[in-house]
Amino acid sequence: MIVSITDIQNEIIDEFSMFEDWEERYQYMIDLGKDLPLIDDQYKTDSNIIKGCQSKVWVHAEMNDEKLVFTADSDAIITKGIIAILIRVFSNQHPKDIIDAETDFIDKIGLKEHLSPTRANGLGSMIKQLKLYAIAYQTQLK
Amino acid sequence: MFNVENIRKDFPILSRTVNGKPLVYFDNAATSQTPQQVIDVIVDYYSNYNANIHRGVHTLSQEATDKYEQARKKIQTHFNAKLAHEIIFTSGTTHGINLIANGFSSFLKKGDEIIVSALEHHSNIVPWQMLCERTGAILKVIPMNLDGELIMTEFDKLLSDKTKLVFVNHVSNALGTVNPIEYIIEKAHGVGAAVLVDGAQSSPHIKPDLQALNVDFYVVSAHKMCGPTGVGMLYGKEAWLKKLPPYQGGGEMIAEVTFEKTTYAELPHKFEAGTPNICGGIAFGAAIDYMNAIGFDTIAKYEHELLEYATNKLLEIDGLKIYGTSKHKTAVISFNLEGIHPYDVGTILDKLGIAVRTGHHCAQPIMDFYKIPGTVRASFSFYNTKSEIDVLVEGVKKAKTMLS
Repeated sequence: MIVSITDIQNEIIDEFSMFEDWEERYQYMIDLGKDLPLIDDQYKTDSNIIKGCQSKVWVHAEMNDEKLVFTADSDAIITKGIIAILIRVFSNQHPKDIIDAETDFIDKIGLKEHLSPTRANGLGSMIKQLKLYAIAYQTQLK
Repeated sequence: MFNVENIRKDFPILSRTVNGKPLVYFDNAATSQTPQQVIDVIVDYYSNYNANIHRGVHTLSQEATDKYEQARKKIQTHFNAKLAHEIIFTSGTTHGINLIANGFSSFLKKGDEIIVSALEHHSNIVPWQMLCERTGAILKVIPMNLDGELIMTEFDKLLSDKTKLVFVNHVSNALGTVNPIEYIIEKAHGVGAAVLVDGAQSSPHIKPDLQALNVDFYVVSAHKMCGPTGVGMLYGKEAWLKKLPPYQGGGEMIAEVTFEKTTYAELPHKFEAGTPNICGGIAFGAAIDYMNAIGFDTIAKYEHELLEYATNKLLEIDGLKIYGTSKHKTAVISFNLEGIHPYDVGTILDKLGIAVRTGHHCAQPIMDFYKIPGTVRASFSFYNTKSEIDVLVEGVKKAKTMLS
């Protein structure tokens, strides 16, 4: 049984609501960033790169039993922490659910600023890329 | 007597908070803040004499024209240009550079050479690459050393009778190095090449004497020197400006138009097609007045104090490395914490209300030279204080603790 994207998002919103201030929130993301070996080195290729102006993001996708599995990485640790959250939400889900998923949970956990286009860290493009992968694999499934 | 606390009262933005903390603004190399005296001039323009210039016979147009031309005079006096019409209003440094690069298209042939420096901003590299593509000219680069200084012995070797234009910034935006432009101008003239100096980063700190420098072209942006965005200056020696073809066609730049032939207007209007940024030009003049009232010697002395204080304090942090260690630099510190991405440091500092620039500062070749993705850059102005630097130092320490 897959936990739905909405349920995972609500879980994350709950977790973040327990933090008292920005420091705790950021320390949590930094720790997430540190803990997760996110992508296999063989997939850290130029074709998997999403170039922000400042930090780089790599994303790799593969299908496993009709579910789409994402791995990703970044050279900046806070970016990596946010990636870890995105992976937790979107990885191991059916492509259709990924396509249909709302992303406003990001505002609710106070990370909206990191996904604005001016932030130039590649994360805004990353969500787009995850959805594009989902669309591509969904087409394959059909 | 210079009193920074009094100066700070002139800048309304400095009393705001960011993320609940008092703003510490250390991104002055990107844009400087605007004093009330300049804001008042902008408000006065739109409240009292907003009109198009150089063509109306009515009073408002006359008043606006007078103020605009007065501003040109102020800029001329400040930079010590010989003639007021050697000052061309532009939209900023990039516009000025493109105007010259475009104009040189008609002077260059295949095999001619243009020399630029390894310390350039992207806006200073791309127009020359485009010019080379159009003309078949070749781009040569003056290399830099580990301190972030241009290597003059290498520059000497690049010069030849093929060199037609040398282009260099007076001060590097990424590292703050003050380049030896006096030497570069003299040597370039020795082989008959023209020299364009980008003064975007020097003009907030140094008052250049353009006649004494004998430079052919010099470009600046008003918004780096307490003025508004969208306006700048191109200085060109009269002889060069007469020789260069116009850059853009439009109103203002013509003397007579028939369908057979157009005669171009006299300088400076030949290069000022269309309705200019009138308010911006006038405010630019006011910004120059403001800075001169404080005095550039006073500014330079105080900023140097800030630079030394910040350099010493930051270097006390273990694992902090400063890029750009020339003895001749403006109040800019580009640094990294060992093993930590500059983006992460900038993010934490922002949370603490501290504005710095992170990234490659549009100077990727410099970052490639040091083999780093970018730096954190703190750039100081005369309205900054040592206690703000203390806040920065504590912020960097905190970022280090959180990110290590």
